[in-house]
Amino acid sequence: MAFFLETLFGGLMAGMLYSLVALGFVLIFKASGVFNFAQGAMVLVAALCMARFAEWIPAWTGLESKLLSNILAFAVSVVFMFLLAWVIERLVLRHLVNQEGVTLLMATLGITYFIDGFGQTLFGSDIYKIDVGMPKDPVFVLDGIFEGGVLVNQEDVVAALIAAVLVAALSLFFQKTGTGRALRAVADDHQAAQSIGIPLNRIWVIVWCVAGITALVAGIIWGSKLGVQFSLTTVALRALPVIILGGLTSVPGAIIGGLIIGVGEKLSEVYLGPLVGGGIEIWFAYMLALVFLLFRPQGLFGEKIIDRV
Amino acid sequence: MFYRENGQFKTSYRADQQIFAIAQDRWAILAIIAFAAIGVPFLVDEYLFRAILIPFLILSLAALGVNILVGYCGQISLGSGAFMAVGAYMAYNTYIRIDGMPLIVALLAGGFFATLVGMFFGIPSLRVKGLYLAVATLAAQFFCDWAFLRVGWFTNNNASGSVSVSNLSVLGWTIDTPVEKYLFCLGFLVVFGLLAKNLVRSAIGREWMAIRDMDVAAAVIGIRPMYAKLSAFAVSSFIVGVAGALWGFVHLGSWEPAAFSIDRSFQLLFMVIIGGMGSIMGSFFGAAFIVVLPIFLNQFLPAVGALFGAEISTATVSHTEYMIFGALIVWFLIVEPHGLAKLWSIGKQKLRLWPFPH
Repeated sequence: MAFFLETLFGGLMAGMLYSLVALGFVLIFKASGVFNFAQGAMVLVAALCMARFAEWIPAWTGLESKLLSNILAFAVSVVFMFLLAWVIERLVLRHLVNQEGVTLLMATLGITYFIDGFGQTLFGSDIYKIDVGMPKDPVFVLDGIFEGGVLVNQEDVVAALIAAVLVAALSLFFQKTGTGRALRAVADDHQAAQSIGIPLNRIWVIVWCVAGITALVAGIIWGSKLGVQFSLTTVALRALPVIILGGLTSVPGAIIGGLIIGVGEKLSEVYLGPLVGGGIEIWFAYMLALVFLLFRPQGLFGEKIIDRV
Repeated sequence: MFYRENGQFKTSYRADQQIFAIAQDRWAILAIIAFAAIGVPFLVDEYLFRAILIPFLILSLAALGVNILVGYCGQISLGSGAFMAVGAYMAYNTYIRIDGMPLIVALLAGGFFATLVGMFFGIPSLRVKGLYLAVATLAAQFFCDWAFLRVGWFTNNNASGSVSVSNLSVLGWTIDTPVEKYLFCLGFLVVFGLLAKNLVRSAIGREWMAIRDMDVAAAVIGIRPMYAKLSAFAVSSFIVGVAGALWGFVHLGSWEPAAFSIDRSFQLLFMVIIGGMGSIMGSFFGAAFIVVLPIFLNQFLPAVGALFGAEISTATVSHTEYMIFGALIVWFLIVEPHGLAKLWSIGKQKLRLWPFPH
């Protein structure tokens, strides 16, 4: 039982991290109808930027305090993600207004490749460390109930908390602010939003910037867990089934989908994996998404897809 | 002046419905095939065969298959690498498990099994499209990667996980030198190219294009979406599967699942976008471009770096390659969504009036 709980807990925490990446997808899709394949590349480049500047700033300025240099690096990374969003809007999205979803998807594939190459040329392609002082020691909880207790990673708990705060902030931003309302209007209909005077281009910069910051947070958390390296981009591919499950347009869907996938992956790996040779983590989430696509294409919380001629 | 169809009157239905209606096209294609089959083997050295020509032939075959699905039927696929893998591994299994199995039949069997898998993963296309379908085809990619790595049966329980074939021969003709391999692949490409060219202008090809342009409207005028979509998946994955089998058997000789990873899928999709969606000719342009560009950059960039006294490492070259691919994709999507093939057809239009524009 304790082992089951441990697996469950590990799954929930991993799921929380998937949700973070999935959030970035959902944000952009909600606000611009673009299925942003480049989210993974953005996670990588944000994490690279953060890691390298946290290294460079003390070296250049002789700054002693680790906290201060981390904060500075974070600020630089935010600015970097903003610039990236601005450039993407300028050079790509602006020219593809009102194009079909598939064209936009392929354009983000191109952006992915570009960012992958660009980020690594700029920041190097080794494995870097991000150290933002997350507690790393595992602790045992529920000692009284099970013998030996349940092993929990403190790092995971902190990550989950950060993710929760981010989600709450984003929901507030979307529901309560004027900009949030404008974002939702753009998501509904580009042309209609434009005709009532919502500046489409500025909205897109904002939403890509927000998605960039989400990517940065996800990158920092993943990066401090696994180290910043090229394989971070595959994290984004793992997050794709999450949004299919949760629904492309739903923020809560991204969270719950992430949790389901996280738990499902871990439990299936532990209990089902040995039967078929192991390693089923890689495709389990995708098969789940495939089943969902067949029976409920809009996902758990998505809006129903209606075709119009 | 030279490229003009004036005076070529069609006097029978047969003549009216040929694949290449213009006499100049017909002769040009024949000349190209003849040159590729007879001229090239005398002109080119072994390195070029191995590094450029054989990969180009096989990948253009695969791109042709992907183009039928993505360009003609409008169903995006990120799982082409997986269908190539199915073709390669199933061809391998038919080849070694059945005694005296002819090589060509084994390759076609690979294509047949790829068809089955492709149709299975194409089923979601009946309910979803666009981005959702991309995820469904990614499922194929990850599942196949795993299956060929972990399920021992596919690799004949090889301890190293890689499989290899040797002593290829067709009807007593042993295929071992690069020239012979090249000719073998060329034969496949010509046959499949003509078949595909013919298929996309037939009734079924027109159905695919109707589905691509607007699926609801197509259904309204009586095109069965299920039949059209699944047949596109079937034809496409058959061709891709055969290309995969050729890639394994002829080009690599021995391979592991990494040869057909998700990068391969992206590469094939890029070939189709850059070459031209919805154009048979475009698949060849795209394949040529993507095969040659990395080799060109590898030679060219260090030389340019040396001019400025800077040393350019192989890592930088590969990153530059990524950047150039990415930028090109975006550029083509914005500026010329029909790719290199469109430039080619603009050129042909110009040629009609040249050198006396009126």
